[in-house]
Amino acid sequence: MKKIIYLLTLALLAGIYACNNGNSNENTGKLSGNIKIDGSSTVYPITEAVAEEFRNIQPEVHVTIGISGTGGGFKKFGRGETDISDASRTIKDSEKEVCEKNNIHYIELPVAYDGMAVVVNPENDWVDHFTVEELKLLWSPEAQDSILKWNQIRPEWPNKEIHLFGPGTASGTYDYFTHAIVGKSSSSRGDYTASEDDNVLVQGIKNDKYALGFFGLAYYEENKSILKLVPIDAGNGAVSPSAKTVLSGEYTPLSRPIFIYVNTNAAEKPEVVKFVEFYLENAKQLSAEVGYIPLQDEKYAASKKKFSDFLKTHKKSGK
Amino acid sequence: MISTKKNKIIDKLFQILGIISTFFGLLLLAVFIGFILYQGLGRLNFDFITALPSRIPERAGIYTALAGSLWILALSIIFSVPLGIAAAIYLEEYIPEGKFSKFLEINISNLAGVPSIIYGLLGLQIFSMFPGLNGSLLAGAFTLSLLILPIIIVAAREAIRAVPSSIKDAAYALGATKWQTIRHQTLPAAFGGIMTGIILALSRAVGEAAPLIVVGAMAYVPFVPKSPIDQYSVLPIQIFNWISRPQHGFVINAAAGIIVLLVITFSMNALAVYLRNKNQKKFS
Repeated sequence: MKKIIYLLTLALLAGIYACNNGNSNENTGKLSGNIKIDGSSTVYPITEAVAEEFRNIQPEVHVTIGISGTGGGFKKFGRGETDISDASRTIKDSEKEVCEKNNIHYIELPVAYDGMAVVVNPENDWVDHFTVEELKLLWSPEAQDSILKWNQIRPEWPNKEIHLFGPGTASGTYDYFTHAIVGKSSSSRGDYTASEDDNVLVQGIKNDKYALGFFGLAYYEENKSILKLVPIDAGNGAVSPSAKTVLSGEYTPLSRPIFIYVNTNAAEKPEVVKFVEFYLENAKQLSAEVGYIPLQDEKYAASKKKFSDFLKTHKKSGK
Repeated sequence: MISTKKNKIIDKLFQILGIISTFFGLLLLAVFIGFILYQGLGRLNFDFITALPSRIPERAGIYTALAGSLWILALSIIFSVPLGIAAAIYLEEYIPEGKFSKFLEINISNLAGVPSIIYGLLGLQIFSMFPGLNGSLLAGAFTLSLLILPIIIVAAREAIRAVPSSIKDAAYALGATKWQTIRHQTLPAAFGGIMTGIILALSRAVGEAAPLIVVGAMAYVPFVPKSPIDQYSVLPIQIFNWISRPQHGFVINAAAGIIVLLVITFSMNALAVYLRNKNQKKFS
């Protein structure tokens, strides 16, 4: 018996020891330190891609990224626990107040566009497009228990129940969709199938002829063969989401910029400055690689200028 | 005559129902494991175990998440095992029988059934008082220790209770003190049962994601934690993160990650069964 305990402890210790000696790169002259990032899981893939590439040039800078959500991220950011916050919407007034109270200042930098796709089952042959008004009719809180069938939206559509799918109420995607369609953030009918995992929504819509749902465009792109995209008409004709229509602003209102927020105190650390510069330098290529739509070149240039201007004035006033 | 025939049919029907019930769960489990193996086995190789997280599914691996899980396991053992065994000894051997002991017993059993996210919120409350420890391995391991402590206490108590009183009586008859009896007779005899409880509790802890996300575990950690106050990720969080990504390659990665996690929990359970059987032979 004793032997077994002994062996068990030994095995564990050996495991820990082996792990401890994992990576020890000696790189003199390079930066080191920690960068803590938390926030939106929508922005996460881009930040992860940037951190992965950054590690190749600055292996001693330890970047960690959490997925507490935009709101959860700002909570930590407001307490000064994180250096950078990933956000799929701009900071709310209540979150600003917390930052001010704790004497935390920040700089807001857009990094990419996220389009939202409204999709139906591929066997759905009656929907050619939705107007924003129709979506509002369908998703507003008043629609609960009253708008239940397709033909209540357009009389020529089938007299069949409509089954709705969407992200859970905690997600930034839901916040934005309700803001853009219903007109009020976080306000919608409650009788829809909600999941925090967009792949669950994809499966639900794929298996249900009378389904309709919305989620990030990247999830549609990966599942093109099993879903049908719905063009949206905001008054100027029906438009399908694509890199081109999102960039030109034609695909409205279901596209939005996503951001990183940098704590200005953290920006005094050279490794954070380097990371943010690297982020803005590479966001165009990397955001496209992970399924997002890059900003226009001039917007990246504007962000870079905003950040370098900030660094200049900050140095002057700081020292 | 007719009623016996009818009864026999009912008997047979119940037997069939029992068989279906037994195999229902097992069948689902088999389908699940088969599906995961089919999806993930091809992805599972040495590189997958030793690679860092990446945006490219084929390049991504579980190295740092696995290391984080081992850290969490080791620290949880250090926190929860001594406390759990000591509490079980006190409850079983020292506390006077009465309303108070009944009260403690009921509460500990209830704690064993509290959802894990509640422990996460408790951990968050405690560790937000120590900003330096927020999101550290220490915070995560402490939270999981709270989660598994009641399970360990309950299992250890049962193991201690199962020790034949003749063994204890013999020790007392030879003039041993209470502590001597516990130290040299009761604990060694209950060892197998206690270890079983500990290992089962730990295999629950290694599969938890929700409470750790609440106390600040990260999703992307490209280095192995070097001390208990470092940031970390664990396997279940890595799997959760991959499952919710749009690219199909990450779903395959998640399946491969699940296989690794299953191997860990299954081998821990196998060890528990082995220890229990070995112990039974010795004392029966």
